[in-house]
Amino acid sequence: MYLHHGAFSYLPELTDDEIAAQVRYALLKGWPVSIEYTDDPHPRNMYWEMWGLPMFDLDEPDGVLTEVNDCRATFPNHYIRVLAYDASLGRQTTALHFLVQRPKNEPGFVLDRTERVDRRQGYSVRSYATAAPAGDRYPQS
Amino acid sequence: MSEPGERPGFGFYRPGSESTTRSSEPDRPVEDAETDDNPPPVLANGAELDLSADEAWKQVDETLARLDAELVGLTHVKRRVREIAALLLVNRARQQFGLESSRPTLHMSFSGAPGTGKTTVALRMAEMLHALGYIRKPKVHTVTRDDLVGQFIGHTAPKTKEAIGRAAGGVLFIDEAYYLHRPENERDYGQEVIEILLQEMESERTSLVVVFAGYPDRMDKFFSANPGLSSRVPHHIAFDDYTHDELTQIADLMVAAENFRFDGAARRAFSEYLALRMEQPRFSNARSVRNAVERCRLRQAKRLIELDRPLTKDDLITITEKDVYGSSIFDAPESQTEEAGTDEDSD
Repeated sequence: MYLHHGAFSYLPELTDDEIAAQVRYALLKGWPVSIEYTDDPHPRNMYWEMWGLPMFDLDEPDGVLTEVNDCRATFPNHYIRVLAYDASLGRQTTALHFLVQRPKNEPGFVLDRTERVDRRQGYSVRSYATAAPAGDRYPQS
Repeated sequence: MSEPGERPGFGFYRPGSESTTRSSEPDRPVEDAETDDNPPPVLANGAELDLSADEAWKQVDETLARLDAELVGLTHVKRRVREIAALLLVNRARQQFGLESSRPTLHMSFSGAPGTGKTTVALRMAEMLHALGYIRKPKVHTVTRDDLVGQFIGHTAPKTKEAIGRAAGGVLFIDEAYYLHRPENERDYGQEVIEILLQEMESERTSLVVVFAGYPDRMDKFFSANPGLSSRVPHHIAFDDYTHDELTQIADLMVAAENFRFDGAARRAFSEYLALRMEQPRFSNARSVRNAVERCRLRQAKRLIELDRPLTKDDLITITEKDVYGSSIFDAPESQTEEAGTDEDSD
């Protein structure tokens, strides 16, 4: 199942040049950019692991691209996203984030039904991948 | 949170709305305009190309003229800058004929005594390279050993990469580069920095120009200890010390830039001062001249206050002989230590 996460997720995957162009847009806006990765694609999992620190004071996207490629080399089969944080007063939130890498094989999600008090139905979503322990979820094959 | 009218199209490029893109990126290199949508047609074999019609030529000419106006002397350096400009211009012309050639490497080393204009030349060089489309922004990121070398194992690489990231698309100016190499300490992390820089300089895709700067004798030692580095820096530019005449010209320029002027006697006195100062240790060319001019201003201000009468505009802009002769260099030539300790700059 193809995971749609963040901006541009219904577009074809971005090339490196397109990623650089998006990062340049964020930098022109004055948003520091950071990189995060995870192997738990649950939609409610919003705090991913940080790849290094947010990159401040950049004005060209080259530095971000190097870090993205380093992260891809280290975690070739994880989800990796690029975030741009808008620190301006009144916003102070993530202004833009988009995936720059996804695992080759995405098994998708299972819908769990549980019976609660008075035979009411409860629903939850769980990724098939998370059955395996963290780190082994997307084996390289 | 931008005003609705401020960025039509949310700052994205839209064909046909020329003004939108230009305003969001005020200083795009000239080359971008060509590479954006449709590359210019390849010229026929028999065609002729007027180099002076090149858009970049005017900008380069301006930058070179400014270099000439701002910096006195340095003929050797200026010639080399002109050569580099010519090389890139011809390269652009070759591209228009569809002749493929590799991107020239322009990493440089500037060696010269303190105050000979290394930083200024680096700034102008960045402007010129940007005008010719070799780098993407006319910016110089100045770093020293502190900014590159980490304090513990594993700290150096991220720090150096961060500096490279910040300088990306521009010029990375490494001041006092020889401090990166500490032969007396084998485990010094400086060597790691040099290796990372080499890797970056080697890569074809890089748009970074690395400039190593420092004092000549130690730079020579630095490069001889790192032959790999030396061979990857094709342009070694030596900055000569200024002569007495050139220093006098520099002083005139500086004084004029601050809206002051020397009267006739003061100019003679200042040239005497320079002759004496040049003999002394720790003379740092233009920087010493600047400091001397600053101190003349100080003495002028004191003199004007002590005049105790209404001042004219002429009074305010003139530096007289007395202001120059007030320097301690004139009254105690034998006690040089005092001069160096109290009055002079200490670099």
